[in-house]
Amino acid sequence: MIYLDASATTPVCPKAAQAVQEVLLHQFANPSSRHFLGVEAAEQLEKHRAVIAAKLGCKTEELFFTSGGTEANNLAIFGAVEAAKKYRSKKRIVVGAIEHASVYESAKQLEARGYEVVWLAPDRHGNIAPAQLAEAIDENTILVSMMYVNNELGSVLPAELVKGIIQAKRSPALFHCDCVQAFCKKEFRAAALGADLISISAHKIFGPKGIGALYVKKGCRVLPRQFGGEQEAKMRPGTQATALIAGFAAAVEDYRTKEYGEAVRHINAYARQALKRLEPVVFNSGENASEYILNFSVKGFRSEIILNYLSAQKICVSAGSACAKGKPSHVMRSVSSDKAIADSAIRLSFSHLNTEEEIDCLLRHLETAVQTLAHE
Amino acid sequence: MREIILIKNGELALKGLNRSVFEDKMLKNIRRRLADLGKVTFYKSQSTVTLYPESEEFDFEQAMERIGKIFGIAGYSRAAVAPKDFEQIKALCVAYFAQSVYQYKTFKVEAKRSDKQFELKSPEISREIGAVMLQHYPFLKVDVHNPDLVITVEIRDKEAYIRGNQLKGAGGMPVGTSGKGAVLMSGGIDSPVAAYMMARRGLELCAVHFAAPPYTSELAESKVKMLTEKVAAYAGRIELYIVPFTKIQETIRDRCPEEYFTVIMRRLMMEIAGEIAQRRGAKALVTGESLGQVASQTLRALACTDDAAVMPVLRPLIGMDKNDIVAIARKIDTFETSILPYEDCCTVFTPKHPNTKPQVEQVRKAQQQVDWAEMLAEAVEGTKVEVIG
Repeated sequence: MIYLDASATTPVCPKAAQAVQEVLLHQFANPSSRHFLGVEAAEQLEKHRAVIAAKLGCKTEELFFTSGGTEANNLAIFGAVEAAKKYRSKKRIVVGAIEHASVYESAKQLEARGYEVVWLAPDRHGNIAPAQLAEAIDENTILVSMMYVNNELGSVLPAELVKGIIQAKRSPALFHCDCVQAFCKKEFRAAALGADLISISAHKIFGPKGIGALYVKKGCRVLPRQFGGEQEAKMRPGTQATALIAGFAAAVEDYRTKEYGEAVRHINAYARQALKRLEPVVFNSGENASEYILNFSVKGFRSEIILNYLSAQKICVSAGSACAKGKPSHVMRSVSSDKAIADSAIRLSFSHLNTEEEIDCLLRHLETAVQTLAHE
Repeated sequence: MREIILIKNGELALKGLNRSVFEDKMLKNIRRRLADLGKVTFYKSQSTVTLYPESEEFDFEQAMERIGKIFGIAGYSRAAVAPKDFEQIKALCVAYFAQSVYQYKTFKVEAKRSDKQFELKSPEISREIGAVMLQHYPFLKVDVHNPDLVITVEIRDKEAYIRGNQLKGAGGMPVGTSGKGAVLMSGGIDSPVAAYMMARRGLELCAVHFAAPPYTSELAESKVKMLTEKVAAYAGRIELYIVPFTKIQETIRDRCPEEYFTVIMRRLMMEIAGEIAQRRGAKALVTGESLGQVASQTLRALACTDDAAVMPVLRPLIGMDKNDIVAIARKIDTFETSILPYEDCCTVFTPKHPNTKPQVEQVRKAQQQVDWAEMLAEAVEGTKVEVIG
């Protein structure tokens, strides 16, 4: 099996798995319980929060656990918009057109409810220019939501410029940054990024699925989306998933940003070089994209057919985002007006576990596929 | 409180001398479908089958749901068993409806007395039970013409049964009494509906699905399995044959005229399905075709398809509108699965301008440019089978 789909999810690293098991079996108490076992669980929970907060470069009280990236994004967007109702007439929201579905669809919802949504159109490789932001953000803008690293193309968006633009425009807007594909993979600190709200998730970095977090900068007002408990400072009530949080923290501790990044950069360059052999390959990921993602199209060969073919050879790749499940991706549509390119996009996403041999094997099968499969 | 299930035969009661054959088949089908729910004994009398669970843990909810999907049954109901003591019958009646009674406004009581020795006559039973019900549930009103709830009290030889409204059965004829057919199952909306409709006429089914990996995904295959499972809830056990069809499709594309791609594909499917059907003792093919729905379902195209079939092709949806088909798909719960996105993704094999009026002779000629025999045999040999339901 060759796994080239690390941006969809990763296996859980042994340390995280052990941490999860330990809590499930032994430190199982409800962290809200008053007895000694509960107090211990609460202490552990806070230790784990501190580990993740340290990596993100924020205070522990700024980090709220959620069920994952999708919930964090929903909480950020709807919570911020709810809180911004005090501005009454101000109703503009600025959103990237290539956001993850959990941001994209949330913004669509708000558009249907009467908010003015300005969509930032990307270029061919998924880049958004600072000038576009400056043009879109005005004094009536209440929220800007733009991801740091795009999940399908790997494009790195100019997130660190957003806060400055917001301030220059004298806008009350909060800046939400979906960092699910950037957290731990890219060196950044919350404060330096300038985002008011940051979404992160465990399962992209060898942690368990079902746990993520939202960073809310101190002083920023976001209203909760669910009610009925004091947990997470009422921002996200419900008994915390202590085991998953332990796994999340262990994965963060175990992630070696620099070392893994170098390994992945090497593999990515190797794959890009190798793929050039394939006629008529087109790279959708730009040269400046994140090393973790390499998106390309073999024109005439629909993504799904290549994906099925490779899957039969036990090679896992993705056609766009796994969340889209076979539907044409809105990301590819918005970066390419050429339907043939959008319909044939394949995403490779790497981890430090991938090897050159795996890429060689992938290439051999891709070459056979291109030679033998019927195409348009 | 002991409970039983009363099952009423449907259409099969009309079948004259064949009746016992039909009844036995239905009973066998019921037995098989309920087999994993625990031991039960059946008692047959006239047009009713009585089901006595032998275990306390018998899952009535599950059994009722399954019985509702067995063809040949006109109606069915759950009933409470009472000893033949009228005071106890009355008490049980009050208790038995304690939970369900609040959804009704009007009721009547019907009594049947096969034991003529019983202390009260039928009208007296009705009256007394009605009175005690009104006493306990004063919001009820008696309506003998159009009641919400009909309480039936049957005095049998050894015991008495109390039941509420009878549920409508799935109707039709017991699966297996009309022989066996092979349904071509694509994964779309139509074929499961066609399968359901033929099973309802007593046809035992096997299913044939054509898979063309990598042009079709594994998800498409698992979708067909899910659909077959839903149909099997009605049709009973179904053997699903999955035919490897890639090579044939690629050959059609490479060597046949584009305007005939689909019609030649359909003809080859008929040949393969026919071969599988014959081997499995099936005497007909079943498809979900509906006249004029797509290019391969025009009258001329159907004539071309039939020309390649070695046995009758049953098309129960032929005269139906899509809306009607969708309504049935929703009823049998296949619709949501059918519309999952990953069906045959292969626009690669769909002609841009299909011929909607193909001539049999021309299609035959176009098809004969390739020697298919070996490829067809290979496809049949490579077929995988999975038993579903």
